Amino acid sequence: MMRARHLLALPAGLLAGFMLLLALRADAWGQSLVADLSSHLIAITTGFTGTDVVLFGAVDGEGDVAVVVQGPEGEVTVRHKDRVAGIWINTDEIAFARVPAFYTVSLSSPLDGVVPPAVLQRHEIGLDYIRLAPTKKTDDAEKLAEYRAALIRNKQRMGLYTTEPGEVSFLGQRLFRTRIYFPANVPTGTYTASVFLIRDGDVVSAQTTPLLVSKIGFSANVTEFAQRQSVFYAVLSIMLAVTAGWLAGIIFRKS
Amino acid sequence: MQIYLPIAELSVNALLILMLGGGVGFLSGLFGVGGGFLMTPLLIFIGVPPAVAVGTQANQLVGASVSGVLAHWRRNNVDVKLGLVMLSGGSLGTALGVWIFALLQALGHIDLVISLSYVLFLGTVSSLMLWESLGAMLRGRSMASRSKLHHHTWLHGLPFKMRFPRSRLYISALLPALIGFFCGLLVAIMGIGGGFLLVPAMIYILGMPTALVAGTSLFQIIFTTGIAAFLQAVGNQTVDIMLALLLLVGGVVGAQFGTRVGAKLRGEQARALLALVVLAVAVKLAVDLIVRPEDLFSITLPGGA
Repeated sequence: MMRARHLLALPAGLLAGFMLLLALRADAWGQSLVADLSSHLIAITTGFTGTDVVLFGAVDGEGDVAVVVQGPEGEVTVRHKDRVAGIWINTDEIAFARVPAFYTVSLSSPLDGVVPPAVLQRHEIGLDYIRLAPTKKTDDAEKLAEYRAALIRNKQRMGLYTTEPGEVSFLGQRLFRTRIYFPANVPTGTYTASVFLIRDGDVVSAQTTPLLVSKIGFSANVTEFAQRQSVFYAVLSIMLAVTAGWLAGIIFRKS
Repeated sequence: MQIYLPIAELSVNALLILMLGGGVGFLSGLFGVGGGFLMTPLLIFIGVPPAVAVGTQANQLVGASVSGVLAHWRRNNVDVKLGLVMLSGGSLGTALGVWIFALLQALGHIDLVISLSYVLFLGTVSSLMLWESLGAMLRGRSMASRSKLHHHTWLHGLPFKMRFPRSRLYISALLPALIGFFCGLLVAIMGIGGGFLLVPAMIYILGMPTALVAGTSLFQIIFTTGIAAFLQAVGNQTVDIMLALLLLVGGVVGAQFGTRVGAKLRGEQARALLALVVLAVAVKLAVDLIVRPEDLFSITLPGGA
């Protein structure tokens, strides 16, 4: 937690300076949107307990800003329990392809009713609009919607999907910033932070920035060791266990 | 003090894990069981993926059992010959169990099978044990428990008879081997040492003296859990060494205290207590199976996490 706060305590002046630079650059290059992250690497060390990343940027005029951060994609199976002979058993399942392991959205103002669903759908802005396609085609739209909602609900419970959109705050007319929280159980992999500038119900400008979540140091070494040299790791871990047990036995005998 | 577990991919409080290990270790030393039947559900409860909980638990049980056996060894309470015969069946069972675990996981039924096995085996064994030990306590001390052990059944007609001088037994080698096999299966599938099944099986089926049961079962469990830990680490990469070490440090210390207290308990008292603890776990799991879950849907990532 200390580390996270430290990062946020990043001198406000410096950040403002950055943002001013961005604003100038936006004008000079004729870009309507420029944004960057306070860090492009989230290092999971042995003491990792989650962290915040600040996304800041500038726009060239009026408009709403939406920020979507998505994590590495993978297949997820959603299972449904039914009561069979008195006990609850998994009876049905739908597998979804390319499900983002992590998803957050932050908005400068609510977009419902302002932006047409088709636009939100195209850019996957908001939990209702994440692209979640089943691996096998299904015609039962009602069932699919139910499983989709269950997937999102379970992810929210794990703290990996936002429950409420975060807030993008404007400093004056052109500078904006938002804070994205990555919990301790954040999956490792490549993330993208996408920033959208929305005017008159349409996305007029967008920018995507990569973000890497990676184990660093001891925990990275352990993981790599366990995967690359699993036999050696297995033997070593058992030997460690035996030694620890043996040592405890010896210590307690003398006392 | 928060610490990040590299394989479980989870940040936990190190003190909490140490205390969990210590508490379960105490029970393990007290009753001569591994304590896995308590630890695995607890680990899953604090958010460790089930596959990692089972794999890591197997590893930590190796250490806990070594520590437990040492105390029994010094009191000369281990029948090595019988333990080795049980192990011959136990290694086969463990290997088969690891394979079944992977299969069930792919089918999405591993949680159900784990819960059902807990309820079925723990419930039955603990009820029987509680009944018997309460009966023994009520009958009082005059009842010599040894006399009851030598009634002859078809079990004594099995071939490959073998002498086990330490336990003063002359029984078919198939019996301990089969018991070992069955417990080996459960080691791999349920992430437990199998002590809670071994202990009553050795007392009631083999007719071993109670004093030798705890040490001998722990001796056998070292090897079956060792095989399970090896296979899980190689096949599924689900052994989290950080978690295992934390559990071990707490566990071995707790086990030493447990063994000392256990030495002061009478056999039937220890059995009644163990039966109560196990029964409580079984009832809790049975309730979870019957009561409508809060969310009927669950999600699984391909890695089993």
